[in-house]
Amino acid sequence: MSAAADTTASGGAQGLLRRSLAVGRTRAGLVITSLVVLVAVVGPFVAPQSETGFVGAPFSPDAPGTLFGTDTLGRDVWSRFLHGGGSVLGMSVLCTVAGVGAGLLVALVAGYSRTWVDELLMRTTDVLLAFPAIVLALLFLAVFEPQPWTVVATVAAGHAPRVARVMRAAVLDVAGRDYVRSAESMGLRRWSVRLGDLLPNVTGPLMVETGLRLTYSVALVAGLGFLGLSGLQADQADWGLMINENRLGFTVQPWAVLLPVIAIGLLTVGTNLIADGIARTSAGTDREVLG
Amino acid sequence: MSLGRLVARRLAVGALILFVVSLLVFGASLLLPGDAARAVLGRTASPDRLAAVRAQMHLDDPPLQRYLSWAGDLVTGDLGDSVVSQTPVVELIAQRSVNSLLLMVLAALIATPVALALGTWSALRRDRLPDHLTSLGTLVLASLPEFVVGIALLFVFSTGLLRVLPAVVDQTQGVLVQPEVLVLPVLTLALAVSPYITRMMRATMLEILDSDFVHQARLNGVPERKVLWRHAVPNAIGPVAQVVALQLAWLAGGIVLVEFLFDYPGIGEGVVDAVDARDIPTLQALVMLVAAFYVVVNLLADVVGVLTNPRLRTGGAS
Repeated sequence: MSAAADTTASGGAQGLLRRSLAVGRTRAGLVITSLVVLVAVVGPFVAPQSETGFVGAPFSPDAPGTLFGTDTLGRDVWSRFLHGGGSVLGMSVLCTVAGVGAGLLVALVAGYSRTWVDELLMRTTDVLLAFPAIVLALLFLAVFEPQPWTVVATVAAGHAPRVARVMRAAVLDVAGRDYVRSAESMGLRRWSVRLGDLLPNVTGPLMVETGLRLTYSVALVAGLGFLGLSGLQADQADWGLMINENRLGFTVQPWAVLLPVIAIGLLTVGTNLIADGIARTSAGTDREVLG
Repeated sequence: MSLGRLVARRLAVGALILFVVSLLVFGASLLLPGDAARAVLGRTASPDRLAAVRAQMHLDDPPLQRYLSWAGDLVTGDLGDSVVSQTPVVELIAQRSVNSLLLMVLAALIATPVALALGTWSALRRDRLPDHLTSLGTLVLASLPEFVVGIALLFVFSTGLLRVLPAVVDQTQGVLVQPEVLVLPVLTLALAVSPYITRMMRATMLEILDSDFVHQARLNGVPERKVLWRHAVPNAIGPVAQVVALQLAWLAGGIVLVEFLFDYPGIGEGVVDAVDARDIPTLQALVMLVAAFYVVVNLLADVVGVLTNPRLRTGGAS
């Protein structure tokens, strides 16, 4: 962790990103991720059919006029696939921003307070970490009913304590450095130390954490959709929901499940490759990314 | 601090965490719009039916009294009847727990030795082709959500290319009389946990193979095979055992999507069913069970870490 802080201190976030592009993995991850994002963003404009139109009999793999056949209700699989990336992608990004933001805030407060506040915040994360993320999400969703915003909130709530742990360790490491001491001795307010001296020196671990959380967000958001619990309208096209709707026809019409599964798989691999590339650059060594 | 006291302290912290978790899980039901009876019966329920279910769930008692009797029931294992199926919750949970444990234990038993061997092999071939392939393979596998891996396996082995394994479990029979249904869920979970164990084993072995005592052993002319088995491997057990325990804890959440995918009658599917039916009491019991398992396994990981780390074992760091 100390090595990570050292290298970023002399490069900044942009320098780190630039250097991480020298790693083959980051480039491969960037290409794969861009490809999936492109499909999700451009898809709705180039889809041959509407999201909800019926084009043939249910679950027919070679319905006339379709590329990948029809789904459980006889809608065009290819069109629904092209329409269905935006929700997974958008919700995952929101979960990541909210979860990493909240975790970072907790880490900046806890890691630089040396009082009971630190203790209280960290013991709270202990409690939230006593559940696997998906179980915590399901408990919340049973209470608040699945809506897109409750899904985002619950997934973010699962990220926040994990991010807080990692980032607090990074903040603690920087908080003992001489330049922080000197900032303190100049009488700077604690929040200007946090934002001016601590935050810029933990961007390395922060970027790695953001990449990892994005990967996990995609998996969780799509996973909740796969359970039929992502809170979207029943007829909305969504990669997670598509798997749920069409899994009973998997034997006769595999494309309705395989297309979204492949896209979700590529997206998680792409974002994780980027996170791994940044982690290796940030540590300056062969550091592995572990859960 | 002696080892016994350290373990006792961790145990006490674990118990405290579970207590606060129980407050949270119980408190969740107080946040329901309406109440738990309305959640399970829906908006169209008749007032009589609502009153009957409220009485069965003791919803008219004050929250503190309800919490105390609920927590007491949890501790004594008397969880009442499910308001949805009217069967005892304990019966439902007992069989599902056995089924889920079977999945998790089999997955751990298969994944651990394979991952340890792969990690060691990768470390011994450092920076050569097998090492790069293992590194990339584990990174890709670690990225993929478990349901993506499960669906890929389903496609290959039961619905698409080869039709040799059943896609779902016949829920009218026990899983042990149809062991072939275990193959794909166990394989999915094993593939999900092995990348982390492999990577940890590789990293640990690299560190050990580069350490002074291994160099010394080599200089003394100890054969490479003996260096590996007598000196390197035993020293890698500690840190790796901790990762194995953490992966076992991960499985408690991993089973949710995998059991749902394969229609496997375990705790994970039970959680999803309870959410769908909005059967809050059953859900609360299941979530507490998962949390207890999670806390206990993390505790074990902690203790293993202390036992295998001489610096922590002899005190200093508490």
